[in-house]
Amino acid sequence: MTKTTALFDMHRELGAKLVDFAGWSMPLHYGSQIEEHHCVRKAAGIFDVSHMTIIDVMGAGSETYFRRLIANDVAKLKSNGAALYGLLLNEEGGIIDDIIVYRQRAGFRLISNASTRHGVVAWLHRHNSEGIEIVEAKLAMMAIQGPQAIQAFKTVNGGAVPTAAFTAISSGELFVARTGYTGEDGLEIILPEKLATEFWKQMVDGGVRPIGLGARDSLRLEAGLNLYGLDMTENTSPLVSNLSWTLCWEARDRNFIGKEALERQLEEGASLKLTGLVLEAKGVMRAGQTVYTGSGNGVVTSGIFSPTLGCSIALARLPKEALGSCEIGLRGKRAKARIVRPPFVRHGKKIYQ
Amino acid sequence: MSDIREELKYASTHEWARVEDDGTITIGISDHAQDALGDIVYVEHPEAGQEVVAGQEVAVVESVKAASDIYAPISGSVVSVNEDLEDAPELVNQDPYGGGWFFRIEPRDLSELDDLLDGQAYEEISTDD
Repeated sequence: MTKTTALFDMHRELGAKLVDFAGWSMPLHYGSQIEEHHCVRKAAGIFDVSHMTIIDVMGAGSETYFRRLIANDVAKLKSNGAALYGLLLNEEGGIIDDIIVYRQRAGFRLISNASTRHGVVAWLHRHNSEGIEIVEAKLAMMAIQGPQAIQAFKTVNGGAVPTAAFTAISSGELFVARTGYTGEDGLEIILPEKLATEFWKQMVDGGVRPIGLGARDSLRLEAGLNLYGLDMTENTSPLVSNLSWTLCWEARDRNFIGKEALERQLEEGASLKLTGLVLEAKGVMRAGQTVYTGSGNGVVTSGIFSPTLGCSIALARLPKEALGSCEIGLRGKRAKARIVRPPFVRHGKKIYQ
Repeated sequence: MSDIREELKYASTHEWARVEDDGTITIGISDHAQDALGDIVYVEHPEAGQEVVAGQEVAVVESVKAASDIYAPISGSVVSVNEDLEDAPELVNQDPYGGGWFFRIEPRDLSELDDLLDGQAYEEISTDD
C-alpha cells in the first residue's frame, strides 16, 4: 500500500509526475526538473517533504539519551530551537541515518529520512532504557528554499522566521526551522496536516514554485550534501563519508554508540574517502560506475547532470590518496573526470577549485 | 495523455519514423518516451554516413533520470543528424515530433516500415508501461 502525504491531491491537481519513493507516492517533478532546479537557485521553491520521519523525544533523560545515540553532541544545543546535523551510528561505526535534531522545551525533535523510518524507530526504542517518551508525529512538512524564500514566506504568511541558520521557532501552529537540503537559504516548516493544503496554496499563489524530488536531488548534490542509502549506509563509516565534521570528540567522558569502533578506525587510518567528481566529457555519471584513479579504483555513489554547471557531477568513494584526473566507466567507454572537493555550487555559482 | 501522430510509424522501443518528400526517413522519440525520460540533457548521435540496421542501437539519449539506447527503426545510411540538439537537448521534450528530431536515414528497403506499429497499435503498447 503506497503512502500519500496530506498534499497528494494538490500534487495531482498540479500535474505532478508521481513516483514511488520509499513507499510514498511523491512528486518527481511538475513538468521540468531542470527548470525547477534553476528556480530554487534563482528565486524560491516549495517542496513537500512530509514523507520525512518526525520523532519527538521527551522526558528528563532525553539529553543523556541523545548524547549516547547521536555522534554529534546535543549538549551543544543551549537554547530552545537550536539544531544540529548528526549521525546515528551502529556499534561498528556504520551510519544508521543522518538526522537533524532540535532542542525543544520538554526534550528534542528529530527529523530522519523516509527510507530509514522503521530502522530508526526500532533503534530508538531498543536503546530506550530511561523511560523516555518516543512519539512519531503525524504532521506535514514543507521546505521553502531559495534566495527569495525568506522574503516570500514573510510576505505571504506574515509569520516570524528564525534569524540564525540551524535554529527553529514555534509560531502559532507552525514549527519554522532555518534549515534545508539545497545549499540555499530557506525554511523547513512543520505543521498540522489539516493546514497543509491551504499553506501550500498561499505560498504558490505568492509566487513560490512547486518543486519535486528530482530537483531536490540535483540541488543537494550540487551543494555537496550526502544522500542516505547511496553516499552513506550502515556499512560506511563517517570517516569515509566526508562526515568527520559531524563527530563530536570534545566531551572525552561522553560515550556515544560507535565511538570505540571509530577510534579504532582512526588509529588504523581510513583508506577511503568520499569526494566529488566533475565529468570533463559528455554523459552523466550514475551510482555504481567504476572510477579509475592513479591510486586504485573507486565507485560513484551518486551522480547527476548539474543544471547550474551544465555538466555531470558526482560523489564517489575513492582511495584516500586519489587526486587530480581520473576516468569513469561510462556505458562501456572511459571518460575523463576531475576529482574535486564538494560542494560544487554555492549561491548559484561554481565553487570548487 | 501522450501525443500520438497517425501519420507516423512507431517502434515498440519508442522511436518514430516519418517518410519525407525526398524519400529519406526522419527518426525521433515519441512524446510518451520523452515524458517518461524527463528532461533530456544529452543526445549522442550516430555519425553521418554510418550504415545502420533496423533494431540496432545507433544513438544514446541521456536524461536527468537515465541513459537510454535509441534503436534504428529501419536499415539504411544516416544522411544527417539534428545538430540543434547539441546546445538545446530540451527540444526533444518541447517538440518531440518537430524540432526534437534525432537523425535522417536513406532507407535500404522502404518495406521495412511495414514492420513498425501504426499510431493506434503504438498507443496500445505505450499505455501499459
